[in-house]
Formats: sequence, structure tokens, C-alpha cells
Amino acid sequence: MKKNALLKKLQKNYDLLLIFALPLAWYIIFMYVPMYGLQIAFKDYTPGMSIWAGDWVGFKYLNQFFDSYYFKDLLLNTILLSLGTILIGFPIPIIFALLLNEIRNKKFQKLIQNVTYIPYFLSAVVIVSMLSIFSDPQSGIFNMIRQFFGLEAIDLLSKPEYFRSLYIFSDVWQFMGFNAVIYIAALSAIDPSLYEAADIDGATRLQKIIHISLPEIKSTILILFILRIGSTMTIGFEKVYLMQNPVNLETSEIISTFIYKYGLIKGQYSYSAAMGLFNNAINFVLLVVANTLSKKLTKHSLW
Amino acid sequence: MKVKNNNKIKLSFEDKIFNIVINILGVALMVIVLYPLIFVVSASFSDPDLVQKGEVFLLPKGITTRAYELVFENKDIWIGYKNTIIYTVLGTFINITLTILAAYPLSRKNMPFRKVFTLIIIFTMYFNGGLVPTYLLVKNLHLDNTIWAIVIPGAITTYNLLVAKTFFENSIPEEMYESAMLDGCSNFRMMINITIPLSGAIIAVLVLYYGVAHWNSYYSAMIYLRDPDLNPLQIVLRDILLVGNTEQMGSNSVGMEDKVKMAEAIKYSVIVVSSVPVLLLYPIVQKYFTKGVMIGAVKG
Repeated sequence: MKKNALLKKLQKNYDLLLIFALPLAWYIIFMYVPMYGLQIAFKDYTPGMSIWAGDWVGFKYLNQFFDSYYFKDLLLNTILLSLGTILIGFPIPIIFALLLNEIRNKKFQKLIQNVTYIPYFLSAVVIVSMLSIFSDPQSGIFNMIRQFFGLEAIDLLSKPEYFRSLYIFSDVWQFMGFNAVIYIAALSAIDPSLYEAADIDGATRLQKIIHISLPEIKSTILILFILRIGSTMTIGFEKVYLMQNPVNLETSEIISTFIYKYGLIKGQYSYSAAMGLFNNAINFVLLVVANTLSKKLTKHSLW
Repeated sequence: MKVKNNNKIKLSFEDKIFNIVINILGVALMVIVLYPLIFVVSASFSDPDLVQKGEVFLLPKGITTRAYELVFENKDIWIGYKNTIIYTVLGTFINITLTILAAYPLSRKNMPFRKVFTLIIIFTMYFNGGLVPTYLLVKNLHLDNTIWAIVIPGAITTYNLLVAKTFFENSIPEEMYESAMLDGCSNFRMMINITIPLSGAIIAVLVLYYGVAHWNSYYSAMIYLRDPDLNPLQIVLRDILLVGNTEQMGSNSVGMEDKVKMAEAIKYSVIVVSSVPVLLLYPIVQKYFTKGVMIGAVKG
């Protein structure tokens, strides 16, 4: 009976399958074939071999990575940069949206919102160029500010200790407005009678933010937070790579940039595929953990 | 309206302070976002020597358009511009086509194996082959060093697909499909005649997302392209703006000094010239912007 129903559905809607055929083919070729190709992480694959060939070597390359002297630093750099971006970059758009929501002059509100979107449209190359312009010891604004406070002028981009701050805060600058859009939309959907009731009870503006606005957008915040945790290990290669220079590698070398250098520049395919697999696996675990926690604590879940 | 008036009358001292603080913070944020942008534009119209000495702070000094003339005389920038326009237009077209072809069937309740297909797609958001296997695949398909390496491997962004799928599910009533079906309309024709015409907002948002990503991308070009005549604008920009910053830059050190001098002179104007087209896109799609992002949020 059930089989018949399926057959009927197939017969009637086969053209939906036809429409889907092209994208499905794309997913198989460009998403699943590379996943299958991850097997070279466990093989001795060298340039020139036919695709996914080579003798099986088991965990040789993964172990080589774990045993390498740079493993700890790479992992630490990746995690610190990523956590910093989440800890600072995640709450700021929420605070910004709450702030914007409190501005009573609608025109002024719209103006701020539109202005803060602009940086979203700039490329990583432009952002890093601007960082380098502002870090200039002679004419950069960063150093003008430093000198104003009696500090010496330095090229911030070439100092490993400033790399993370530069990365994180330029990210906040670029994406604060864009990332806030979701929260602004969620805030504007709150039932105004809630605020009116609070007014009658004599609540202050701050109390209304804490007891009405925030709880009302909680589910949006949580879902975005889980998603964000799930991409911990995939922090933007593009910007990090552009910000790197020989003197700041100590803190700026992360797993993805290292994979690029070892894999594509040095041609150590198997080894860098193993590093990629490791990176991906951590990411996947983090996502599952974050989702399980959220499900337990708040009943919000991605699946 | 009535509530607002009431508030105005009853505005307590505390509320007044609160309003002032909020507005000051708003202005401060706007200054922080705008200042770097204004500075770059001002510096691009200023005498480079004055900029170098740190004398330009907000408004241009020693106004000149020399830097822009130099940019437009630069052959590489023109090539980059041309390539980027081609990649962006063709790439976005492929993106939109494939995204709709995937999102539409998955949004339909009578799609066979709908759940399984959706799962197959969502899984790739959380796990993928990564850089090296993808690179080897593209090489083996002989797509490298061609325009196809730029537009095909990234043809669908799963997140965007899910946003489109959610939009189709929520904004096109099932009854429309049902009555079309009674008229003997095929699913394919429903897509062309019902779904797409009713989805202007989401298509605009997709154009914005994909278009901006193409315009700003240098990653696939750096990985897959070797022929300098294929370089997109961002690669040209990187070579001009970040000379000496990264080691892989100059393949030939000949003319390095000239390059540095040149870069100093056109640093600011080249940023402006490369960013203006993508900034112009924003006002066009702005009215759909919030809507599109919101759908993404609903999906989560």
C-alpha cells in the first residue's frame, strides 16, 4: 500500500525530480566527491598520481600532525582567534540592536542602521588595506591615538600581540550593522502591548530591555549562537591570510592558512588533507555539543 | 500615536537621561563606522605627500585627482575590472539558477524523498571535504585556470538555498499549486509561472548575497588561476595594496620599487574605485534586504 502511494507520487511528480537533478549532481560532484576524497588523508598520495590513489598508511599523517612541534600553537591560535571573535563579535550586534530599538526618532534610527551596513560590502582586501593604512607609524590614526596617550608609534600589523585585537575589532566594525539586522527585525516583531503593560507597572526603560526585549528575542539569539559555535573552526581564511606577514605569524598562523601553505604551495596533499579532516571533525563535534546543550537547557535545537 | 504622546508628557528625569545617553551612543557608533570611510575618500583626493605626513585628518588637503588618473591609466586594473564583472554576472546567474532549481522542488510538499534530499544538503553545511580534496577535484576536471573554476565549485551556498526554500514555503500558498494542478499545469510550469514571479524579494536578496561575494572574492582566483589575464579585481588590488606584506606576492622583483611608489600614490583611490560599484548595489536592493535577512533568521 505504502509502496503504491510512493509510486503514484513518483509518477505524478517526476518532473520535480528532474528539476532537482542538476543541483543534486552539483552537490554530489562538488560536495560529496571531495568528502570521499578525504581518504587521501589516510593514503600516501603524491602529485601526479591518478585521483584518490596511493597506498593506505592509516593514521600516519594525522599522527604526524599531532606530533609536530607546531600542532599546539596552530590549534591554540585557531581557537583563541575564533573564541575571541565569538565572545566579542557575537554580543555586540545584539547590544547594538537593543540600542537602536531604544532610539525614538525613527529617521535617526534608520540613518544609523543604513550607515552601519556599509562596511559589510567591503572586501577582505580593502579591509586589510585599511588596517595597514591606519597602522602606519607615521600617518595612521591608530598611532595618532597612541601618541595622544603618550605611547610610542608602532606598526600594529607587525606586532604579534596586536594581531588578534586587530582581526576581531575590524570584524566587529565590518559586520556589526549587518549582523544586527536579524535582531532588529526580531525586536520590531515584539507585541507592543507588552511594553504598554510594563509602562503601567512603572517599569524603567532599562527594566523593559532586560525583562521584555531580551527574553522576547532569546530564541533568535540561541539559534544564531549554536550556528556560530558550529563554525568555530572555519574563521575566515581570506582576512587572516591577508593580515599575515613574516613577523606576526607567531599568533596569526591558523590551521586553515597552514593547510593552504602545506597543501597547495608545498604540494603535501595527504598531510594537509589530514589536517583539514581534523579541523572539520572538531567543528562537527562542537556543533553537536552546542546543539545538545541548547536542547537540554532551552529546548531550542537545529534538528 | 496616542501612546507616544502620553510618554512625552510623562517623560521622567530618568527617561530623559536615558534618551540622551542612547542618542550619544548612536552618534558615537556612527562616527566610528563612518570615519575610516570618509578618511579614505578624503585621502584619495589629497596630495599624497600630505597624507604621508599625517596631515590629512578628515577633509582633503591639496586637492588633486591625480591618483584617479593613475588608477585609470593602470592596465591591470582595467583587466581586473573586466574579469570581475564577467565573474560576478555569470557567477551570480549560475548561483541564482541552481539555487532556485534546488530550493523550489525541496519547498514542495509532494516532492519525492524530500526529507532525504534536504538532509543530504544540510549535512554539507557542517562537514565537507575541505581545501585539498576540492582543489584536486577541480584540477582533475581540468577546470583550473579557467573561468569555470571561479563560478562552478561555489555555485550553491547551502545557507542561501535554505533561505530561498523557506521563502517559497512560507510565501506561496499551497492552494495556488493545487488549483494549478487541477488545471493540468506541470510542476515545472508552476515554478516558471507562479513561484518565480512571486519571489522578487528573495531573488533580490540572493543577487545581493551572491553578487557581493563574487565581487569581493580573491580566494578561488588565488587557488585556481595562474594566467594573469584572468585575474579578478581583488587579486589586482591585493598586489597593488599589500605589496611586500605577504611573501607570495611579486613573482618578479623587477620594478618592485616602482610598484611600491605607485602603490603609495594610488592606495586610496584604488579602494574607492573598487568599492563603489558594489556599494551602488545596496540602495537598489535595500528594500528587500531586511526581509531577506529575516527569513534567514526564521530558518536559523
